[in-house]
Amino acid sequence: MSSTLFDKVWDSHVVRKIKDGPDVFFIDRHLIHEVTSPVAFLGLKERNNSVLFPGRTFATADHNTPTINQHLPVEDPLSANQLKALEENSAEWGISHWGLGHQNNGIVHVVGPENGITLPGATIVCGDSHTSTHGAFGAIAFGIGTSEVEMVLTSQCIMQPKPKKMRINITGELGLGVTPKDVALFIISKLTTSGATGYFVEYAGDVFKQMSMEGRMTVCNLSIEMGARGGIIAPDEKTFEYVKGRPLAPKGADWDKAMAYWETLTTDEDAVFDKELTFSATDIEPMITYGTNPGMGTGISNNIPSANQVEGGESTYKKSLDYMGFAEGEAMIGKHVDYVFIGSCTNGRIEDFRAFASIVKGRKKADNITAWLVPGSHIVEAKIKEEGLLDIFHEAGFVLREPGCSACLAMNDDKVPAGKVAVSTSNRNFEGRQGPGSKTLLASPLVAAATAVTGVVTDPRTLL
Amino acid sequence: MAYDKFEILKSSAVPLPIENVDTDQIIPARFLKATERKGFGDNLFRDWRYNPDNTPKEQFVLNNPIYSGKILVGGKNFGSGSSREHAAWAVYDYGFRCVVSSFFADIFRGNCLNIGVLPVQVSAEFLDKIFKAIEADPNTEIEIDLPKQTITLLVSGEQESFEINEYKKENMLNGFDDIDYLTKMKDEIKEFADKRPF
Repeated sequence: MSSTLFDKVWDSHVVRKIKDGPDVFFIDRHLIHEVTSPVAFLGLKERNNSVLFPGRTFATADHNTPTINQHLPVEDPLSANQLKALEENSAEWGISHWGLGHQNNGIVHVVGPENGITLPGATIVCGDSHTSTHGAFGAIAFGIGTSEVEMVLTSQCIMQPKPKKMRINITGELGLGVTPKDVALFIISKLTTSGATGYFVEYAGDVFKQMSMEGRMTVCNLSIEMGARGGIIAPDEKTFEYVKGRPLAPKGADWDKAMAYWETLTTDEDAVFDKELTFSATDIEPMITYGTNPGMGTGISNNIPSANQVEGGESTYKKSLDYMGFAEGEAMIGKHVDYVFIGSCTNGRIEDFRAFASIVKGRKKADNITAWLVPGSHIVEAKIKEEGLLDIFHEAGFVLREPGCSACLAMNDDKVPAGKVAVSTSNRNFEGRQGPGSKTLLASPLVAAATAVTGVVTDPRTLL
Repeated sequence: MAYDKFEILKSSAVPLPIENVDTDQIIPARFLKATERKGFGDNLFRDWRYNPDNTPKEQFVLNNPIYSGKILVGGKNFGSGSSREHAAWAVYDYGFRCVVSSFFADIFRGNCLNIGVLPVQVSAEFLDKIFKAIEADPNTEIEIDLPKQTITLLVSGEQESFEINEYKKENMLNGFDDIDYLTKMKDEIKEFADKRPF
C-alpha cells in the first residue's frame, strides 16, 4: 500500500496500538529546557521512577536566560532557580546539559540541528510547541506538555493518536524580497490559526525544494501557528549535506546505514492525504501581521482588512485591532515602530542575520528604533563574526546580544514596554507576548531590517 | 493515581465568549518560572484579570461575582499557541474541572486530558445556546456526564454528545494517567529501542 513520508516515519515508531485509543509512540530524541522540565523531574521522583534512556535526552538553557552579561550570575532568582534545576536534574540522571555559557548553548530548536541531534526519519519531542522546526529534516517533531516530558523521561514513549495528513504545495518561484517567513505567514493567513488543527502537514513543491535548510526550518517552525501538530519536508541532498559531519550525527558505517533508510523517506506518488492545498509562489509578497494572532497577516502593501473580509467573529476581530490601536482599512506601510527584534527559533539562524545585514549594510539604524539582535546560538554568533556581519551591524549602529529565546516570549529582561510597537521576526503576536501591553508585528528579517533603518513599517523591496 | 476521578459534573459555568484564546492569555510566560506545580490559578488570565498595578479589572468575567462554577466555557479555538502545560494547570488550579468550546487547540486538549481537566467539544450552535443560557441566568446549571458522553443544559434539557476516545475516558473515570500505563510496558519498550537505527 502506498504511504506518505509522515506515515513511514510515524508507523515505524509505534510500539503498541491501543484499540480506540492512542498509539504508544517511541521517541528517538528528546530535547529539554529549563521551563517545562522541572515539574516533570519532580513527578519522576515522586513516583520513584528513573530516566530510562538518559542518552536520548538533551538539555539546553534558553527560555529565560539573559542576552547580555551571560558570564555573570543570573539576577532574577526565579530564572536562576529554574536554570539550577535543569543543571542538577541533568547531572543527577546523566543527561547532556548545555547550560549558560557552554559553547553549544542556544535555543533548543537551533542547537538540535546544528549539533546533529536532529536527524531525518527520527521522532523528536520537546516541551515547546516550536519543536515542529525539526520537521525540516524529514523528522516527526512536535511540542508536548510537561506530563509528556515525564512520560518520555520515564519510558521514552508518549501516547498519541496519529494525526490526519495534509499536504501543502507551493509551486513556482518566490519573488524578490520574499523569504521563507513570508511563505509561512502567507499560509497561516490563508488557513487561520486553527486551519490545520488535528493535522500533520507535509510541505511540497518547487518552493520548498529550492529552499535552504534554514528556510525549511522557519517554515516547519511556524506549522503550529495554524494549529498543526507539526510540519515535515522530505529529506534530500541538501538535508544530508547539512547533517553530514555534525558532532552527534551518525558516522562511518552507521552513516551509510542511516542513508539507506533516509533515502526511502519520500511520499509515494499515489499516496492520499486527508486534505491537500496548493498555492502559487507568485501570490506571496513580504508579509506582516496587524492583529493578535499569527493568522492575522497580510501582504505588506495591503491595508488592514475589514471585519467582514475575515473568518471568525466580529467582536473578537475588533477586540484584537483595538488592542493593537489599529483600524480597519489602514495601510501597514508607514506605521510607527519603536522596537525591532531579530532572533528566536523562527528566525535566529545565520541566514536570517545575512538577510538582515543585506539591508542595513551601508545604512544607519533609525533613531526611534531600539533594536535587539539575538543569535539563536553561540554557533550562529560565531558565524556572524566570522562572516563579517558583526562589522556591518556595528557600522550601522546595531549591537549583537548573546543567544537565547529573548524577546520572543519575554521571560527574561528583553521586554517590549506597554504600548510600544515591535516588528519582530519571532512567531507569536499574542497580546502581551513580548511584554505586558506590548504590540507585535510579525515579519521576516528583511522587513525587520528595512523597518530598523527607516523607523516605520517598510517594504524591503524598496531597499533591495 | 494521578488526579481525582471524573464521572458526572453538575455546575454553573463561567462564560468567556472570545475566539482564539491563546495560552499566553491563559497564563503569560512571565509566570512560568516555578519549579513546582502550584499557585498557577492565581495568575490564570493574569493580564485580562488584573491591571498593571495588580488591581482587578472589574469588567473581566473572573472578577464578576455573579459568575462561578467548575466549568469554563470558551469561544472557538480555545488554547491555541504554546505547549505550556501550565495553562492547563492554571485552569485546574483555579478550580475548573471542565472546559467547553466548539474547537480546541491540539496540545492544550491533550494537556488537559493528561491532568484531569475534561475538554468538551460541542457544536457552534450548542456553544451559542450555552452562552445564551448563562446570559439569561448566571446560575444556570450544566451537567457533564462522562460515562454517557453527554453535556446537558439542565434548564431546558437540551443535550449534545461529545467525543472522547475509550482509553482516555477510562483514564478520566478512574483517575489513571499515561505514566501508569507506560511504566508497565518498559520491557516491551526496551526491546523496541534496541532495534532502532539511532
